Amino acid sequence: MRWLALTLALLLAGPALAVQPDEVLDDPVLEERARDISAGLRCPVCRNESIDDSSAPVSRDLRLLVRERLVAGDSDREVVAYIVDRYGEYVLLEPTKDGANLILWLAAPALLIAALGIGYGAIRSRASADAPDGLTDDEEARLSELMGKR
Amino acid sequence: MITELGHFALVLGFAIAIVQMVIPLVGAHKGWRGWMAMADPAATSQVILVGFSFLALTYAFVVSDFSLRLVFLNSHTDKPMIYKITGVWGNHEGSMLLWLLILVLFGACATWFGQGLRPEFRARVLAVQAAVSVAFYAFILFTSNPFLRLAVPPLNGQDLNPLLQDPGLAFHPPFLYLGYVGLSMSFSFAVAALMEGRVDAAWGRWVRPWTLAAWVFLTIGIGLGSWWAYYELGWGGFWFWDPVENASFMPWLFAAALLHSAIVVEKREALKSWTILLAIMAFGFSLLGTFIVRSGLLTSVHAFANDPERGVWILIILAIFMGGALTLFAARANAMRASGVFQSVSRESALVLNNILLAVSSFVVFVGTIWPLVAEMFLDRTLSVGPPFFDAAFTPFFVAICLVLPVGAMLAWKRGSLAKAARPLWPAALLAVALAGLAYALQTSRSSLGPIGVLLGVWVVAGSLVDLWSRTGRGDLAGRIRRLGRLPRGDWGKMVSHAGLGITVLAIAGHLAWQEEDIRVAREGESYAVGAYEVTLVGVREVQGPNYISTMADITMSRDGRRVATLNPEKRYYPVADMPTTEAGIRNGFWRDLYVVIGDPQTGGGWAVRTHIKPFSNWIWGGSILMALGGLISLSDRRLRVGAGAGRTARREPSDGVPAE
Repeated sequence: MRWLALTLALLLAGPALAVQPDEVLDDPVLEERARDISAGLRCPVCRNESIDDSSAPVSRDLRLLVRERLVAGDSDREVVAYIVDRYGEYVLLEPTKDGANLILWLAAPALLIAALGIGYGAIRSRASADAPDGLTDDEEARLSELMGKR
Repeated sequence: MITELGHFALVLGFAIAIVQMVIPLVGAHKGWRGWMAMADPAATSQVILVGFSFLALTYAFVVSDFSLRLVFLNSHTDKPMIYKITGVWGNHEGSMLLWLLILVLFGACATWFGQGLRPEFRARVLAVQAAVSVAFYAFILFTSNPFLRLAVPPLNGQDLNPLLQDPGLAFHPPFLYLGYVGLSMSFSFAVAALMEGRVDAAWGRWVRPWTLAAWVFLTIGIGLGSWWAYYELGWGGFWFWDPVENASFMPWLFAAALLHSAIVVEKREALKSWTILLAIMAFGFSLLGTFIVRSGLLTSVHAFANDPERGVWILIILAIFMGGALTLFAARANAMRASGVFQSVSRESALVLNNILLAVSSFVVFVGTIWPLVAEMFLDRTLSVGPPFFDAAFTPFFVAICLVLPVGAMLAWKRGSLAKAARPLWPAALLAVALAGLAYALQTSRSSLGPIGVLLGVWVVAGSLVDLWSRTGRGDLAGRIRRLGRLPRGDWGKMVSHAGLGITVLAIAGHLAWQEEDIRVAREGESYAVGAYEVTLVGVREVQGPNYISTMADITMSRDGRRVATLNPEKRYYPVADMPTTEAGIRNGFWRDLYVVIGDPQTGGGWAVRTHIKPFSNWIWGGSILMALGGLISLSDRRLRVGAGAGRTARREPSDGVPAE
């Protein structure tokens, strides 16, 4: 099924290489930062590809822009802000941690805590039923009634 | 003519499925044997009819019958025969027919292997299975009919997408579908059990092999897709957290949870209602995956609005089956009485923890996948949720799973002791820490990703070996080795699968942390160094393929003056589809892959060349293969053999149902 995802991306993509040799900066530290930043920016016309992976022309423009800003002395944060100002929140592959997006970011810990709580509660109530001596028939019936209601 | 017969067979199958959905259900309710027995021949005849229909479509592709719209859109006379055949499912309509074929095949398996099941139960299972297939017959016939003709047949077709003309991808969809649809079995069993209001060990014994089989197929399907992306897309990525990938990953996680909790039902008669819920959710996520892929909804809300019909259909199918099953669950879950009890520290609890981690991680993938849609619809924000989010939100769950797994796997059933389970694992823990320290000392970067991956991977692999060894009991070495060969296949399967997971985890971390990359312009004859390797671009030539034109480079790589590889990366151009593709030149190695991609000729002369050294690449898929293999070994266990002793289970249970572990 994956081809459906990638067909469109590749239809829009032209040649095979993403980062072209002529884009690479001479300063390896700046280049490393440029690669890190581009891996977090989405190609605006592709399907779920970062500009670092994409071979679409607009991605090349964005990669060059990132490097241009870095050479001009911007910090990583400033470069990203610069791109987001012009292309919108859509290009951020890592959603911001503000406003409603907090629901997204907190979903994992919140769900985990809730699930662990429920699981622990269920096991505890089950475990306490594991009395060493067998229960009488009446107790057994009452217990399963209680367990059933849970 | 054959095509019309295929079309007719499909309609006939639809009619039979409707009957199979109703009659056996009524029969089971009233206790009428004849009505119940009707389900068996109906299920078998559905396979014959849909199978014929599928063969008819295949025939149309093989003989290039361009009067069929589908063949015209997706085939071409110049295409190699193998891709004419795989082209049958390389498109929406054909793949839905394949989906249906697999669905009715699974339904029939319940007939063929399920003679040991109680007749009422089998009738209900087959009726539910038929209900699912009715929905998909209707979907195919009314929205995606593969047998539509063209009034004026064109001379030649429009070719299959060149990306699909690849062995890795050609067989990716059938495996994925076997997995998706295999989960319909557990769904039907769950719903039938809810109708009867009873779940017992025999139920777990039945559901587990089917879930295991589905999970094995999903593992192979996902692995194939990931392998394909690695060598075909040209930058060596293997997982992109794309919605379509997530669509297959969510059912995989749920199936993994389900097959573990079914163990508890089978062996301990506990966690019944939870297992039923998991079975429903697992198939629900399969349907959701189909919806995501087929509707195009997640590409963009607008793509969905342009062609809403198919998406809405699947959404309705999803709503009916999930809504119905969950309502039934709410009404009947209380009837599932657990007879097995267990303490807080026990194998059962460890499996509950496993289920929680797998299910919650799957929900996290789900939330991340649909969040852009939610934000666009309700918050009026267009945003993306990409790999950085999933890496951050999902990875901790697998770190936790890997940490807990070896200990949990060795805990005793019912009432365990952490200290007792952990004692034999100390050597494994020491080995893991030592190797992680070694990795940290040897690596040049300061990244912690690689060492952590080594720690977790070695811990899980060594832990599973210790687990298997501990099953041989006490005594002298020779006796234990002899007993090793006589252990149940289930124990071996468990070890192999868990070790596979450890290897995959280690490989992914090592691969990401320690790969090297070089991008440059190279002239023909030029040599340069990448890592420890000397790379030479010997030459570039044009090659004519069967239905493409290729620009092929000859690149040699040598190490310490000894040639290790001659690679031929290609850029292919498919004129019929007007599409370029990349074929990376890859030399697979045990420790690392050498991976070269040729790019465009440069204006100043020379070619753009990208060279990667990718450590542990093959271990990623090797681990996946081991996981699948472990599942298969487990399936071959006599105890789990589909249908083995299903009828005798109730009587045999006390004697050998609960192994003393």
